[in-house]
Amino acid sequence: MKEEQQPQDIPKQKLRLKWLLKMAWRDTRRSRGRLILFLSSIVLGIAALVAINSFRYSLNVAIDEKAKTLIGADLVMGMNKEPDSTAVALVDSVSNLGRRSDENRLASMVYFIKSDATRLVQVRALEGEFPYFGEIEADPEESSRTFREGQNALVDYNLMLQYEAQPGDSIRVGSLKFRIAGALHHIPGQTALTTAIAPVVYIPRQYLPATGLMQRGSRISYYYYIDLPSSVQPDTLARRLEPRMEEYGLFYDTVQTRKEGMGAAYNELAGFLALVGFVALLLGCVGVASAIHVYMRDKLSTIGVLRCLGMSSKQAFLVYLFQVIGMGLTGGLAGAILGSIIQLVLPGLFGAFLPVEVEPYFSWGAALQGVLLGTIVSVLFALLPLLSIRRISPLITLRASIEHLTSQRDPLQWAVYGLIILFVLIFSWWQMGTWWQALSFTGGVIGAFLVLAILAKLLSWAIRRFFPANWGYVWRQGLANLYRPNNQTLLLTVSIGLGTALIGTLYMVQLTLLSEVSISRNEDQPNLVLFDIQNAQKDEVVSMTKQQGLPVLFLDPMVTVRLERKNQITGAVARNDSTLDIRPWLFTREYRITYRNNLTDAEKTEKGTWDENNNINQDIIPVSLEERYAERLKADLGDTLVFNVQGAMISTKVTHIREVDWNRVQSNFQIVFPEGVLEEAPQFFVLMTRSKNEQQAAQFQRSIVERFPNVSTIGLDLILETLDEVVGQISFVIQFMALFSIFTGLLVLVGSVNVSKFQRIKESVLLRTLGANRNQILAITALEYTLLGLLAAATGCLIAFGASWALAVFSFEVEFVPVIWPLFIIFLLVTMLTLAVGLLNSRGILDRPPLEVLRREA
Amino acid sequence: MSAILDIQNLKKIYNSGSRELTVLQDINFTLYTGDTCSIVGPSGSGKTTLLGLCAGLDRASSGSVILNNIRLDNLSEDKRAQVRNLYVGFIFQNFQLIPTLTALENVMVPLELRGERNVQRQALELLERVGLAQRHDHYPTQLSGGEQQRISLARAFSNKPAILFADEPTGNLDEETGEKVEQLLFDLNRETGTTLVLVTHDLELAEKTKRIIRIKGGTVVSDTGVPAER
Repeated sequence: MKEEQQPQDIPKQKLRLKWLLKMAWRDTRRSRGRLILFLSSIVLGIAALVAINSFRYSLNVAIDEKAKTLIGADLVMGMNKEPDSTAVALVDSVSNLGRRSDENRLASMVYFIKSDATRLVQVRALEGEFPYFGEIEADPEESSRTFREGQNALVDYNLMLQYEAQPGDSIRVGSLKFRIAGALHHIPGQTALTTAIAPVVYIPRQYLPATGLMQRGSRISYYYYIDLPSSVQPDTLARRLEPRMEEYGLFYDTVQTRKEGMGAAYNELAGFLALVGFVALLLGCVGVASAIHVYMRDKLSTIGVLRCLGMSSKQAFLVYLFQVIGMGLTGGLAGAILGSIIQLVLPGLFGAFLPVEVEPYFSWGAALQGVLLGTIVSVLFALLPLLSIRRISPLITLRASIEHLTSQRDPLQWAVYGLIILFVLIFSWWQMGTWWQALSFTGGVIGAFLVLAILAKLLSWAIRRFFPANWGYVWRQGLANLYRPNNQTLLLTVSIGLGTALIGTLYMVQLTLLSEVSISRNEDQPNLVLFDIQNAQKDEVVSMTKQQGLPVLFLDPMVTVRLERKNQITGAVARNDSTLDIRPWLFTREYRITYRNNLTDAEKTEKGTWDENNNINQDIIPVSLEERYAERLKADLGDTLVFNVQGAMISTKVTHIREVDWNRVQSNFQIVFPEGVLEEAPQFFVLMTRSKNEQQAAQFQRSIVERFPNVSTIGLDLILETLDEVVGQISFVIQFMALFSIFTGLLVLVGSVNVSKFQRIKESVLLRTLGANRNQILAITALEYTLLGLLAAATGCLIAFGASWALAVFSFEVEFVPVIWPLFIIFLLVTMLTLAVGLLNSRGILDRPPLEVLRREA
Repeated sequence: MSAILDIQNLKKIYNSGSRELTVLQDINFTLYTGDTCSIVGPSGSGKTTLLGLCAGLDRASSGSVILNNIRLDNLSEDKRAQVRNLYVGFIFQNFQLIPTLTALENVMVPLELRGERNVQRQALELLERVGLAQRHDHYPTQLSGGEQQRISLARAFSNKPAILFADEPTGNLDEETGEKVEQLLFDLNRETGTTLVLVTHDLELAEKTKRIIRIKGGTVVSDTGVPAER
């Protein structure tokens, strides 16, 4: 024999990428339909993300283009109480640089004389040239300017429709009559939703005092719109003045701050919606992984032959990697196209929330991102089954039954798991903005995966371990299908279970949020609220209410206060030290508080005591806090709080913490003082009553407005109507995004069951050949899919329950509302759907002779 | 003539749970260029395992396999794949054509793997030789068993292998078709001067080779037709 060649003497094999690409394309020939089914599961997720991100882009473009019209001026300064001389001096000094418009805002009743009806509105008393940028849109057009010239008003367009008012008709605001100059369509920077909640009526500011609405304790805000010369940089000026403005209690807005605030708010919303889309994409990825897993199993013999003929493991791996990349690219492209089409409808969908008109632009960035994302997720999730290609032994060509993998352990698999987790983490961080949220989201997804995988394994093990050997043939076959080699238990449980969990969570979170804002229409609860009742008017309003045959259900005093300090922590300290985890706005906002020594039916003591024995004869007054407010403030019994009661500092000590049922229609409070402390402070009263019908309510409202123009009344029906409208809009958007998950879930289910079909066909045909009849095969298949559906759906629902509880409690900080029925319906639907898809897939096997099926499927 | 396949003290053990199962032991033989050899034996005697080891599809537990002067048991799976691509041809009982490739493409694969050019012409010539040039664009499912095996023959000879392994090449064919395929196999073997190793139950087919190695219970029980020392 000649001398032996050494391994290094064998020429190094080239990769031949071009040929591998060709092989990848050739190899898809008989599977293109199936590959399209696989990729369809990622298309919807990508489409959702592209649509949201394109929309985000279009919105940013619109905000940028119309930035100045967002606030209508260069600088807006404002205050929620009457400014003192120092604040006025500061505002004057700034406005001396340019032009200024003044506006007062207050909630008040408006009386429509022609239709003899009253309605609570936001009155804006305006003086000056506002807006300096953009237009107040009104009909007739010139009325937005001319109304300022006399005793005229601009009335919200929808309000005019509702009360059948026409320009030229009259309304009464407080005790003054105004002629309607025009219908108000749009105010710069205002969204349709905010005007729906609080419809606006503009009046000239010089008439405000004469309306009688400016009383002591009235809640009036003061706005100053300033048009600065181009030489003055509004942001530089505002930043320089910020410490003083803060000191005087003034807030400010520039085009830039409004843009940033708005951008942040809408980006947060878009981020949340993108995450819902991402959930759909993740679900699709599970579908891709499971489909590729089965696809690779079908390709074993082809890979074995290629390995036999000399293809290296790397080349074999690349052939299928190229197929997955192609699939991901196509899926991403299809998703990007679909998403770009969907984004055309989004401005309409979000219309009510938007401050500016958004024109949908095609965003190359978002589309490219979609294509890339499709490719990345397809590759990442397909890598697990793809990695096994490297270990396929060529021996499979000689013996089909041989263990086809050369070894079971592959460290690269762990690297792929790590990459997937890293990807989910980074993507969710990118969408949500904080690592904490991203970690929770990723942890939740991993947890759900693990629970489902462990349960699936447990089921297989339990059935095998406690196999009921004496049961009938059909039961034994059906149950054995769950643990036999090549079973679908793990795959279907994880994909169906995860889909159920995601959809269930979305649904339950939505219901929990909706229940948070819903108010029960209980027979005994008030349906009419009167507020802004002055101390001097209190007795007369009460007697008038009783005279009209209406009960006084609640009468609470309200005092406006601000929190100055908690122990040694002031607003400035909280702002500068984020480790305290106390929101600084807790110190700048105003609180409407009450005083009493008792608890209402809606309140329950959590800690401490609250009764007539409260000791008010010390320097430090006892105070009761609502539990969630205490939590936000990180306050507990014994903590000292200093309140600014319209100039007077009052030190208090937390002696009581209450749980409050906010869903009750009554005035609930975060802070309650004991009696005997605030009686002399400026205050107003809120009265709640219940009318028997609409006529009685209208009559009562009219007589109250007639006698006390400053007192506002609002019907519960109107609140509910407005809430329904707002909640309806929000739900619609969330449901629209959730639809992507639902459809993806369906596609994954069909895909998962469909890929398992190829496995089941061989077995079923064999059973038929051996003499099993149609009904037996049907029963075996039905049993297997019912059990899988039951397990996956039940686990998915349990995960949804846990996840929505965690989201409600930790993320939204609301009370979790366990809704069992919708979840039970989801459970039934998913189980039935799994069964139906499973049976539909075996239809072809049942109705044809075994040989025909074998030939057709070969 | 030089040795093309040298097997020394070959042993193969499978681990079945905690048990060890010896399927081949003390196998020794050498094949020379141009030899034709059959490995025969009853089912489960280890014929196919031996074929797999000889062709470098599997690794021996001990002993050595030297193919065309390359010691296979030292090589990684990918290096062995390259050796197979350079020097080995295969014919399988169940044809093992790639279902997604046409007849022509199936024949082209070993050449394309080598990076050769004008492979289509070479593959077409081979198809012509096996009488299936007109079916070149048909997929395996569109061909009969005999036709598939003829395509398989064309593929096996396409890379001009130094040694060709055939595992029950006529096992899935009827007698008449089987005979035609056998004839074609031996003709091609003669024309190319390739060494041929057949694994078969079929003694009639085995007797058409010069040398017959009988194995039983994992060991060689007889080796007839061994050429004189070269």
